[in-house]
Formats: sequence, structure tokens, C-alpha cells
Amino acid sequence: MEFKFKMEYSKDILLGLYQTMVRIRLAEESLVEAIKSGEIKTPAHLYSGEEAIATGICTNLTKEDYIFGNHRSHGHYLAKGGDMGAMIAEIYCKETGCSKGRGGSMHLIDPENGIMGIVPIVAGTISLAMGASLASSIRKDNRITVSFFGDGATGEGVLYESMNFAALKKLPIIFACENNLYSTHLPIKEIRVNENISESAMPFGIQCYRIDGNDVLQVYEIFKKAKQICLEGNGPVFIEFLTYRLRGHVGPDDNIQGTHTDIRPKWEIEEWLRKDPIKRLELYIYKQNLATEVEIENIRYLVNLEVKKATDLALSSNFPNPSELEHYVYR
Amino acid sequence: MSTGRKLSYSLAINEALKQLMEIDKSVFILGQGVKSPWYVGNTCRDLIELYGEDRVIDTPISENAMTGAAVGASIAGMKAIIIHPRLDFALYAFDPIINQAANWSYMSGGRSSAPVVFWMVINRGGEQAAQHSQALHSIFAHIPGLKVVAPSNAYDAKGLFIAAVNDKNPVVFIDDRWLYNRECIVPEEMYEIPIGKGKIIKEGNDMTVVSSSFLVSESEKCLSILSSEGIDIELIDLRTLKPFDEDLIIKSVKKTGKLIIVDGSWKTNSISAEIAASVYEKLFGYLKAPIQRVNLPDTPAPASRSLESVYYITAETIINAIKKIV
Repeated sequence: MEFKFKMEYSKDILLGLYQTMVRIRLAEESLVEAIKSGEIKTPAHLYSGEEAIATGICTNLTKEDYIFGNHRSHGHYLAKGGDMGAMIAEIYCKETGCSKGRGGSMHLIDPENGIMGIVPIVAGTISLAMGASLASSIRKDNRITVSFFGDGATGEGVLYESMNFAALKKLPIIFACENNLYSTHLPIKEIRVNENISESAMPFGIQCYRIDGNDVLQVYEIFKKAKQICLEGNGPVFIEFLTYRLRGHVGPDDNIQGTHTDIRPKWEIEEWLRKDPIKRLELYIYKQNLATEVEIENIRYLVNLEVKKATDLALSSNFPNPSELEHYVYR
Repeated sequence: MSTGRKLSYSLAINEALKQLMEIDKSVFILGQGVKSPWYVGNTCRDLIELYGEDRVIDTPISENAMTGAAVGASIAGMKAIIIHPRLDFALYAFDPIINQAANWSYMSGGRSSAPVVFWMVINRGGEQAAQHSQALHSIFAHIPGLKVVAPSNAYDAKGLFIAAVNDKNPVVFIDDRWLYNRECIVPEEMYEIPIGKGKIIKEGNDMTVVSSSFLVSESEKCLSILSSEGIDIELIDLRTLKPFDEDLIIKSVKKTGKLIIVDGSWKTNSISAEIAASVYEKLFGYLKAPIQRVNLPDTPAPASRSLESVYYITAETIINAIKKIV
């Protein structure tokens, strides 16, 4: 389905979107040296380049709405309102982390903010998200659920089982596919006959869209519409966001640390660098004369302070006590 | 339990479901065949009429997604029950059961959990062969974060079902179609049987027999035969397979010095192996004879009745094992 938009945005909304994207970018970039030095060992799949998607979506969500994520979910967690200090501490696997150092980068959680589950089994949370939306549908609580997954997850059968059931029961769930064109190392044309992922939802009668995932305003608009569709009882909705990761599949760069697994062509990487969602929004804000360079710099300055504070918390925190190894297996 | 109302095993589960759904709106059930007695017997009788299709959901044949949906709903605050009318089909759902639900509390540092019930029915015999007959409780009992219960009678079925639904952790509730028509006295009020506790069915001094699920009744058949031969058996019903009641078994074997474990799963790496190992670790000096295990042979379930007759465990198999160490 085609989607076009022309909208005027308030300064507050634009700077809010900008700040969220910058928080994700700078929080993640602060991890790079610690990953290289080995201080951070947990597999960290960076979201750099894809920030517009989590930001445009979660800005439209309330605290009570649910999200479920995947291995590359630092951005989802921060955009939905997760505490940065608890996230960085978790990535350093410290006791002060959001999962008390038991989960690491791939198991962030914050139920109080609707961040219900993030796990690295590809497609592993799609059915869980569908179940959470089923819970909402039974309770009639007007929550909506967003299931974040990548193009790689479209190879798993559970996605199609979940779409079928969600469509059958008209569940208030939005399937958000972040298509960064590579399933780990495999280009999309080597894993799918049809490169258009959104069309996979059509046979289930699910409204589907395919948009530029590096344009935060398009994401914001399409998601607002999708949410409305769900709240009116006409869910689910499927949205494919075209995007690109600016870092490695895991860690800052797949071509360092002894491996050379990033086979993406240089021209392609450079082309997508020009579509960096943060730079694009910055240019838009300047073009509209909505903020000065000083205001933009100030946002970055404050975010840097937040990142530093979060990192200080992580570094000064203890690792979990070995005597508590078996805590939390059961409730 | 000498007086009172009698109820069949399947209707005891039905009563547990009705009472749970009546008092707690967060309880709901989904799975293949909840509308059809062909799938679920009379365990789900009247549920749709009473509680509606929102909370009693018959599903497409999509075990992975439907089980995941139950897990997700439980994470979102519901008490979800997912039924697999044939346990074999639950293998499509290993990811939501083992990767997700079982690990959920641990990997979130205890901040979240998946209090879901995975209800699986063992349905074997009748020349149904390898994919309609498997008893896989030992696999689930291997997994940290899961609890596994296997009631042997109608009274336990109701009490363990209610306990499973109210537990804050994921519980695998495994019952056996061969038990569905068996009756015993079942109180009308709600009650829970504590998960993790076994029960002494009959006290005795010569030998301990540990059994579970359908095989408790086969083991009971041995009692009178053996007592007429002067062998005094102590019979324990495990009730819960994980965590199994180690203290109860240890105490019994300390007294009798002999142990037979009767378990309806394959011998290799089974729950019987785990119980035997734990008794050897703790009571080596007390044992008067090698521990005996009665299991299925390490062979898929056959179809032909001639093969079934030697494949499944009967009272006779159990008596033969007991006589080896009298």
C-alpha cells in the first residue's frame, strides 16, 4: 500500500524525535571502545542507522502500551522509556542492570514501561507479542502491542502463524519489520524470492505498508495511522521499514576483531551513510528554521551528560555476586 | 477420603477449570480442539457456554505461535492455559516453552515471569505408533525454570491443576488419556495440592516403589499380590516430577534399603535415572540391593498390538523387577 504524507510539525515534536534518536546513537557509540577492549563481552548488536524506526514508533506509544524486541533492541528500549543507566549497566553485565546482569545486551526488560521482552532467538518474541495483544483484546484495555523483528525473521514459520491468528482475531498488534537488507551476512535476495516483505501480510488480509525507515517523520506518521487502525478494532497492521545498519551485525564492525565478515559493498554503505536519519532530521529542522545550531548542540550536550552518568553507574557497579548464581530461576 | 462425591479424572479437570475461570477473570484457555470432545474429552465441557469464546479459544493448528501466545499473554498478566491434546504436537512449541517461558524469570533478573500452564495429554496404545504415543515428561523435567506435574488420579488432577494455574512459574501439566474415565472421591470445593510434594500411597518396610501418573495404579496392583507373598512395599506417588520430592524418597529408602523406580518414559536420561542418581549420591551406604528401574525400552512406540503388548509397562513388568531384589 502506498503512503504519502505532508504535515507540519511543532518544534516540540521535532526536537523530541531528534533527542530520542541522539540518545540512542550516543548511548551506543559510547560502547564501542569498551567492546573493542573486551570490557564489554556480551554480544552487542548496535542499532546505529536505524534509530528513526524505534523513535517514530515509540513516540506514538503510551507507557502502558507493549513492545517486544530482538537481539538489536537498545533503541527500542530507550525510545520506549527504559532507563539509560540500567541499560548500559546491563550491557556491562552489572548487578544494577535492568536484568541484574543475568540478561546482557540481548535481554533488556522494563515491564513498568511496557518493555515486555527482548530476546535474541530470531522471531522468538513475535508470538509472545501476539499473545500480549490477545491479553489486551480479552481485557479490552485499549493497549496496543508492537512486535519488532528484522528481515531475517521472515524466514521463520512462526511469523506467518502469528499473522494468521492476529488477523483472525483482529488483534491490536503492529508487526514492525526493520528490513536492514541483510540477514546477518546474507543479502535479502539470497533469503527471499520476493524482496518486498510487506506483501507477505497481504494473504492474511492485513493492512500493510512499506516505507523509508530512515525518515523519522514518515515513520511517525505511518505509525500514528497504524495505531488508530488497531484502536478502532481493525488490527493488525504490518509495516516494513527499509533501513540499514551503520555498524556490524554484532559489535562495532564485522571487519575487525579478527573477522572479515562484512561483505556489504562500500558504495552501498556510503550511500546509506548519506541517508543517516539523524542528519536528515537535523537538516529538516534547519530548513524549517525551527531551531538554531546552539539548540541542537545543547541537546547533544545534555545527552552526552546522560550517557556519561549512565556509564559511570555501570563502571562503578558490582558484578552480580557469585553466591547468587541460582537466584531468579523460579519466582 | 472414605465418603463423598465421586468424579472422573477428566471431569475433575473440568471442575478445576470452571472454578478457576469463575473466580479469576485473568484465567483463559486456548489450544487445538477445546470445542471438540474428540480432542479434549469432556475436560472442557460447558466452558464456552459459561465463559465465552474470548476466554475459551479453539485455535488453528499452529502449536508454535499458539503456545507463544499463551506465554506472551502470561507475561502480560494473564493466567494462560495452552492445551496440546497430543503431547507429541507440543514439540513444535519447544521454543516458547524452553527458550522463552522457562528462561523468562532468570534472564530478566526476576523482574518478569511467564506463569503459564502447558497442558499436554499423553495418548497412547491402540496401535497409534511413534508420533501419537510419546511420554516426554523427562525432557521437560530437565529444564531449569519449568515445573512438571503428572497426577495419577482424579483428586490429584484437580488439586494439581489449580496449583499449576496459580503458580507464578511456567508449569507443564502432563496427564494421561488412559486415566480420563477413572473415578475417585473429589471434594467440590477448590483446593491445591502443593507442587513439589509426593505422597505415600501405602507404607511398608521391605522395599520402596516410586511411581507416577498412570503407572501408580499399575504399581498398586502389585501390592496385594506381593503382600500375599510376604513382601511389604512402600509405594510413593511422585505427583510432581520437577522438582521431585527428594526428601520423601530419601526418608523411605533409608528405612527400606531398596528402591524400584517405575517410570513411563524411555530409560536413557529419564526421570528414573535422575532419581536413582540422587539416591546413590545420598544413600549409598544404606542400599541393600541395586536400584531397579522399570522404563520403556529405548525404542519408539510401535503400532502392532503384538509389539505394544511387550512395549508398555504392566503390573507384571513391575513385579518381575521387584522380585529381582527381594
